[in-house]
Amino acid sequence: MSNTSSALRIVWIYPDLLSTYGDQGNVLILKRRAELRGIPTEIVHVHSSDAVPEQGDIYLLGGGEDRPQILAADRLRADGGLARAAARGACVFAVCAGYQIIGESYGDDEANPLPGVGIIDIRSGRGQTRAVGEIVADVDPTLGVGRITGFENHQGRTAIGPQARPLSTTVKGIGNDDRTEGAYQGQVLGTYLHGPALPRNPQLADLLLRWRVGALNPLPPAWGERLHEERLAAALR
Amino acid sequence: MSELPLRAQLASVLGRSAASLSRATGRGDGSVIGGRVALKVEPDLLAKLSQGRRLALVSATNGKTTTTRLIAQALREFGDVATNEYGANMPTGHITALSDNKSAVNGVLEVDEKYLPQVLKATNPSFVVLMNLSRDQMDRASEINLLAKKWRTALAQSNTHVIANADDPLVAWAGLGAPNATWVSAGQRWKEDSWCCPECGGHLKRDVDPYWQCPECGLARPETTWSVDNETDTLVAPGGQQIKLRLNLPGDANRANAAIAAATVAGYGIHPERTVERLREITSVAGRYTSVVTMGVEVRLLLAKNPAGWLESFAVLDPPRVPVILAVNAQIPDGKDTSWLWDVDYRVLRGRRVFIMGERRTDLALRLETDEVPFEVADRVDEVLAKLKAERPDITKVDVIANYTAFQQIRTAYGRVQ
Repeated sequence: MSNTSSALRIVWIYPDLLSTYGDQGNVLILKRRAELRGIPTEIVHVHSSDAVPEQGDIYLLGGGEDRPQILAADRLRADGGLARAAARGACVFAVCAGYQIIGESYGDDEANPLPGVGIIDIRSGRGQTRAVGEIVADVDPTLGVGRITGFENHQGRTAIGPQARPLSTTVKGIGNDDRTEGAYQGQVLGTYLHGPALPRNPQLADLLLRWRVGALNPLPPAWGERLHEERLAAALR
Repeated sequence: MSELPLRAQLASVLGRSAASLSRATGRGDGSVIGGRVALKVEPDLLAKLSQGRRLALVSATNGKTTTTRLIAQALREFGDVATNEYGANMPTGHITALSDNKSAVNGVLEVDEKYLPQVLKATNPSFVVLMNLSRDQMDRASEINLLAKKWRTALAQSNTHVIANADDPLVAWAGLGAPNATWVSAGQRWKEDSWCCPECGGHLKRDVDPYWQCPECGLARPETTWSVDNETDTLVAPGGQQIKLRLNLPGDANRANAAIAAATVAGYGIHPERTVERLREITSVAGRYTSVVTMGVEVRLLLAKNPAGWLESFAVLDPPRVPVILAVNAQIPDGKDTSWLWDVDYRVLRGRRVFIMGERRTDLALRLETDEVPFEVADRVDEVLAKLKAERPDITKVDVIANYTAFQQIRTAYGRVQ
């Protein structure tokens, strides 16, 4: 960690623009799962009028409606802080609209391609139908996360370029294209599992923490693990 | 309304027969089926039924049923009022409400947010009443920025008079599209959906509540002529006249609803003092805020359907010694997605006895655990009451906050109390 304090620095990007679906949950769960292991955290909220600090450990981007999505992408591109942080090797976790805009390009509501922040090799467009509902996917086994579950609500379709890899294979739901869900490239990871993706998948939260601090002490199973099991069973019933 | 064309009359009669049948067979209250049948016979029925009346349309994310009820109550000063007071807020429900009361000159219709442009066009109302817009059931509801834009466009094409909450930037921006407006400072507790300028996307300056202004394009809160002082429980009418509210409905949200209602019926010529007297007569609205006494305990039911609604409910909770039951489902009317639970700050419940129930109580359990709010899991309200009675025989009150279908289930269990 290169920030001056020893705390794990979690940076929440633009909660005023990109926080439509309970995205705060991802911040709260990372903080909690770190602190339960004795890892101190520092939470930084970056508003749309603020500069993005470059010395964070984990950057979080949430979901948003079409118009706020475009505003957020334009502001992030003009600011440049997120791209510099990613180039330094920081972890970025982006959800739904946030996932689309960290890629090379994404589509507006009339399917015109718009430039993204360009920190992961994906291109998103607009599908024919809206993907709404519970989604289940098996994460790339090399990441040691297992099966994930969430709720998707988007019209985007995402193609993954050669620099990035699909995060997971879809078991139920649409995700990127009906076959894969999400993408990662180094420590930049995006997903269509919107809102509280990390609360519903504690092992995914732990992957991000592991990337930053190394091996983690196991935590006794609690409500997060129970919710994960319950939602998996409900989605596959 | 006797001059309705024959086809419209027939449509109206058939609709009412279907509604009676629905009620007689116990299938529902008939509001939806009646309107559906009538619309098949005469697609322009809503426009025809609206002619010659003075209508107010009421829309918002939260408080539309209550505010519609408040306006109707005040308008009864002049006799019959056509209104959909059971919350059937789509065009079929509007047709039923207007068919059921053909002679009423005055009407007030609760309108689903998505249908407002369409109903505005069909009914040509005297007033459109707009209170708030916030995130709500997003797996099926429209995006609220888009909704505000559609409202604004529809209002610009109308010749109606808007009564709107100036403190909600999205609502104000939509209302600014209308040719005439009365602005009410009705407050906005939930601000997480309006930090960005609806016009240009800039980060709004909101240093002193309730004022807001965009530093980038200059859009700003309109000047208001009506306001509420929650501290002193006072309605401030144009010219500065102060009227004590003393409502029987709890909380700041209902003070806001009352202010909006008073501003609306002032447009019909009712003096605010008289309005407030009539609003005090209301003690519950479609079961909301109802107390039922069971096992010697007063159980108060609060409906909260989205983050803004939960925040308002927390604000009216009894003192911390009164336990609270939280109930969450995720059926279609609730929204199938429970992500919104993470937008609510539950830390205010620390130090209070909390029980959780409902089909999605595990989601709620994780949410409370994360906010470090201790809780107990339950299946039913009476089970909680029995447990509390056993521990504290002198217990007198319990609050229940539930989302839509969870609320209806509890309400049904205790009889459909109004």
